[in-house]
Amino acid sequence: MSFNDALNEAGAKPAGKRPYFLDPQVERVLAITMSLMQELAVAHQRADTLERLLKAKGVLVEGEIDTFAPDASASAERQMWNQEYIARILRIVQQENEAATLSDDVASGEMADDMVRDAG
Amino acid sequence: MAETKRPNSPAASYDGPPDYRVIGRHGVFPQTSHDEIERINFLAQMNRHLAARVVPGVKAAYDARVAPGFAAAHGRPIATRHEARKAMLEDPAFCTWSALRRMTMEQRQQAGRWTVIRQREELNERGKALIEGDDRLVLNPALAIPRYVSAVDHHCMPGSYHREYAPDDFTNGANYDHAGFVTTGGLLGKYSDGGGHAVVQWVKKNLPDFAPKKILEFGGTVGHSSLPLAAAFPDAELTIVDLGAPVLRYGLARAKSLGINNVRFVQASAEDLTGIFEDGSFDWVQTTMFLHELSTRALRNIFAESHRLLRPGGIVLHVEQPQYAPDMPLFEQAMRDWDAFYNNEPFWSRMHEMDLDAEMERAGFDRAKIIHGGVYGVVDREIFPDAAEDNTEDYGRKAAWHVIGAVA
Repeated sequence: MSFNDALNEAGAKPAGKRPYFLDPQVERVLAITMSLMQELAVAHQRADTLERLLKAKGVLVEGEIDTFAPDASASAERQMWNQEYIARILRIVQQENEAATLSDDVASGEMADDMVRDAG
Repeated sequence: MAETKRPNSPAASYDGPPDYRVIGRHGVFPQTSHDEIERINFLAQMNRHLAARVVPGVKAAYDARVAPGFAAAHGRPIATRHEARKAMLEDPAFCTWSALRRMTMEQRQQAGRWTVIRQREELNERGKALIEGDDRLVLNPALAIPRYVSAVDHHCMPGSYHREYAPDDFTNGANYDHAGFVTTGGLLGKYSDGGGHAVVQWVKKNLPDFAPKKILEFGGTVGHSSLPLAAAFPDAELTIVDLGAPVLRYGLARAKSLGINNVRFVQASAEDLTGIFEDGSFDWVQTTMFLHELSTRALRNIFAESHRLLRPGGIVLHVEQPQYAPDMPLFEQAMRDWDAFYNNEPFWSRMHEMDLDAEMERAGFDRAKIIHGGVYGVVDREIFPDAAEDNTEDYGRKAAWHVIGAVA
């Protein structure tokens, strides 16, 4: 079954220990980011291909995308998409900021210890 | 051309790899979707960006911070390429470039493997149909893969040239072939064969009377650099020797599909071909970008085998990246060493400091008959970038090579 084989094997580690050049935590995040950068490029090129095909078939007129003006409803939907997108991606910033305002926040493990103590 | 190259038009100002869609396809080339092609285009541009726009910053940091810092700390300047590399490992410019370069290679392997593995059964059937029953492929399943190939997968390519995932498997040949464009950015041309065309051009110019009938290429993998030799000397028979069954299988299917039929593919170690080929049975022994994937011992064995296999007056030619001559700046040497330490090419560093003339002599060649030269990748310049005119230095990856050889 090649799809599952591809899922399992495409990203296989080559023989030989991997070198790290940065703090490993940082390098891990950078590696994930670079893969996302790649996939964004792929998505961009796909949209560009679509535009060019639509133009070639006469569905889109040259300049139509650049002069596109959404009506009020579409504009709201699109701006809300931007807001949701940013909030989704910056979740950790939100959570760290919320944490900074709390003085009595407790870790779940500490709470579990408390419960054990509480049971006496 | 004039029309498309108006001032400020994209075509006039563009300098970089061509779109992957210009690549030459053949009967065993994997299918590539739109997004798979764009992944390769992106990764080729990443390598281009790193070489053209990030490396100059690494060099500037070396000159401004690394070298002066070392001198201040040690009371003397950096004296070896290893000192230069280790000092740069303390500098963020080198580390950031290195992390990105390593990741780009890892992404390239993942991208290429995804494309091939998702269609593996169909590809293997297609390949098998092209080569089934063909006696020009001679495999040896009992062949032991030496440690210099098995311990560390070259250029981070999982399973290297030899691993098989299914019976009659083409996977690792297809991955190696179709996505190598990421690393070369098109500098090796439509069929990744610019190295082979360069060798042919060099031989025709420098050895105009040479008319080989039996040609042997060591480590020829899928035949990228070999098929131009076979095409240029159609009366000759070219034999490719390699350790890896998947690349040899793929190589024969590829060659047949491209209409090159005077080639054979033999799975064997070039270190010892006794019992397979007789003494003096070849006119020409060739290696192209192969020596750096060996070991000291293997290189010596292979040089000795090339001497044994050549008839008197026969020619051996090795095409490689330039050696670390004393006049090569330590920064450049350290950057060229990157592949040895961080891209799983462990012999690269040692090999490039060896006295190859002395090794040729040790193998039995006459020092007076040693050949030196230089070549650039030869490509269709209407479509592909020309290495001779490209000022970008992607240390160790540019299609600009040295030739060392000898007349037996």
